[in-house]
Amino acid sequence: MSTISVPVSVPSPAEDCEQLRKAFQGWGTNEGSIISILAHRSGAQRRQIRDSYAQAYGEDLLKVLDKELTRDFEKAVLLWILDPPERDAVLANEALKKWSPNNRALIEIAMTRTADEMFAVRRAYRGRFKRSLEEDVAVHTNGDFRKLLVPLVSSYRYEGPEVNASLAKSEAKILHEKIEEKAYGHEEIIRILTTRSKEHLLATFNDYNNEFGHPINKDLKSDPKDDFLFALRAIVRCIICPERYLEKVIRLAINKMGTDECALTRVITTRAEVNMKHIKEIYYKRNSVRLDHALKKDTTGDYEDFLLALIGQDA
Amino acid sequence: MGQGLGGLGVDEEALVSALGKWRHQPEKRAQLRKSFAGFFTADGGFERFEDDYIHYLKIEFARFKNIMVLWAMHPWERDARWANDVLHKAHPFDIIVEIACTRSSEELLGARIAYHALFHRSLEEDVAYHVRENFSNLLVGLVSAYRYEGDSINEEMAKSEAKTLGTAIKSAGVRNLVENGEVIRILTTRSKPHLRVTFKYYREMYGKSIEEDLGDELCLQETVQCLDSPPKYFSKVMDETLKDGADKNTKDALTRVIVSRADVDMEEIKAAYHEQYGAQLEDVIAMKTLGNYRDALLSLVGQ
Repeated sequence: MSTISVPVSVPSPAEDCEQLRKAFQGWGTNEGSIISILAHRSGAQRRQIRDSYAQAYGEDLLKVLDKELTRDFEKAVLLWILDPPERDAVLANEALKKWSPNNRALIEIAMTRTADEMFAVRRAYRGRFKRSLEEDVAVHTNGDFRKLLVPLVSSYRYEGPEVNASLAKSEAKILHEKIEEKAYGHEEIIRILTTRSKEHLLATFNDYNNEFGHPINKDLKSDPKDDFLFALRAIVRCIICPERYLEKVIRLAINKMGTDECALTRVITTRAEVNMKHIKEIYYKRNSVRLDHALKKDTTGDYEDFLLALIGQDA
Repeated sequence: MGQGLGGLGVDEEALVSALGKWRHQPEKRAQLRKSFAGFFTADGGFERFEDDYIHYLKIEFARFKNIMVLWAMHPWERDARWANDVLHKAHPFDIIVEIACTRSSEELLGARIAYHALFHRSLEEDVAYHVRENFSNLLVGLVSAYRYEGDSINEEMAKSEAKTLGTAIKSAGVRNLVENGEVIRILTTRSKPHLRVTFKYYREMYGKSIEEDLGDELCLQETVQCLDSPPKYFSKVMDETLKDGADKNTKDALTRVIVSRADVDMEEIKAAYHEQYGAQLEDVIAMKTLGNYRDALLSLVGQ
C-alpha cells in the first residue's frame, strides 16, 4: 500500500507551479516548500504539475530542479517526479553504467515489477536511450551474469494461477541436481528461474523444500561470497516475498558504513506508491525499530525530510 | 474429377459438377473408383478408399477453411497459435524465427500477450522448455526481444560488431556458432536498422554476405535473412511452397505467409519474387492452386 499522503483539498497544478516557482526564486531554494508540495502529490498530479510548469514558464521542471537542488536530495526528487516506467528505465541505465557482479539493482527492478510494468519500462528505456534495455544489459554484463540478466529483463511471465504440478515437482528435482553439481550457471537453472511463472516457481520451491528437507536458498548459500549465488538467491526471495527482499535492501543500505543512498533512494521512490506500507511493517518486525527512526538517525537535511515524507512520516 | 484435384486446395465447383451428374448411376461411380487404382484398392467385394488418400483429401479440402479462419483471427492470436503448434506438434522451428524476426516489436509483444491468454504459459517458457537443440538460447532470445525501432545507429558499433561476427564465423567453424554468446547477443538484442548496417559492413569487410557465410547453420541463416529483409525471405518461402514435390509443412507456408503479410508488405514480397524468379507471384499461385482456396489467396495477394 502507498505511504504517500495527498491533502484532501489539493491545490490546482497552476497553484502548485506558482509555489514551486517562488521556492526557486531569490537566494537559495526553499526545499521545505518543494517537499511539502511534490512529496504529497500522486503520479498523475505530478505529471500535471510538470506540464503546467512547462506551459506557464517555458521551462522543464526537471531541468530547473537539476539546477536548484544538489546531491542526494536532488537525485531523489528527480526520480520521484518521473513516471514509474521512466524512473525504472533511468535506474536500470544507471545500474548498467556502473555495473559489477554485486550490483543487484537490475534484479530488484526486474523481479519486483509485474510483467506489464516491465514492458512499460522497456518501452520507456527505448524512448529515452534509443536502445533496447536488453541490448544494453547484454553489452554491460558478461558470462553467466549476461546469461541470467538478459532473459531476466526480457521475460514476460504468465501471471495466472495455473500450475502444472508434476512439472513443478520435476523442475524442483532438476534445480536440486544442478545445484548439487555446483553448476549454478547451468541453462536449466536459468531457464526455470527466468521463464516460469511466479505461481509455478512458488510450487517448485515448495516441492524443493518438501522433497529435500530444506529451502532452496539454503543450498544456494554454499559460498556466501559468490555474487552469482547471491543473485540467484535474490531472485528466489523476490518470488517468495518481494517486500521482505526490499526490506533487506533498505536494512543493508542503512546499516552499511556510511549509507547506501543509492539503494535507499531507489527503493523508497519506486515503492512509496506501491507497497511501502508493507515494507515498513516488515522493517519494524524485523528490527524492532521504526523505519522513520532509522532514517532519522542515518540521513540528514533535506534528503532525510524528503524520504520521511515519502514513507508517510513527516511532521 | 482429376481437374478438381492435383494442386493446393480443391476445385469445389468442378468436383460437384463431376460427381453430381452421376446421381442414380452407381455403376458410373464404381467405374470411377476402378479407374483411380491408386486411390482405391480392391478389397473383398468392393473398392476401398485408401486411408492415405482420404487424409490427403481432408488436408486439401481444409485449406480454404484454414485460410478463412486465420484471416478472421486477430494477428496476435494467429502468431501465438502458430508458435504453439510448432512447439507441440514438432513443426519446423523456422516458423518461430520467422515470427520473432519479421514482426514489429509491438506485434511480437502482442503475440506474447495472446500466448498468455490462450495457453496459460509464456511463449518464452515454452520455447525454452520444448526446444532442446543447441539453438534454444538463440530462439528464446529472439522471441523475448523488444528491439529499439528508431533510426539512431552507432556506425562504429555496427562496424565493430560486423568484425565480431566475422571473427566468430571464421574461427568457430559454423557448427558451434549458434551457441556463441556474442553472436546471440548481437542478433537477439540489436535493432533491425543497426543490424542491416552491420550486415552491410560485414559484406564490405569479408567480401561475402553474412547469409552466404552462414550457409551451414540454417537457423542462423534464416535469422539473418528475416532480420535483414523480410520481403526477400518471404519470396524465397513462396518459391519453395509453390514448387512441385513440396512437403506438407512447406505447403502450409503458402497460407501462413499470405495471411500474415497481406496487410504488411505484400507488394514488396511480390516485387522481390519477381526480381528473384522472373515471374508474377499471383500467376504462379493461380496456376498451382484450386477452387475457393485459390480465390481467397488471390484476393489477399492483390492484383
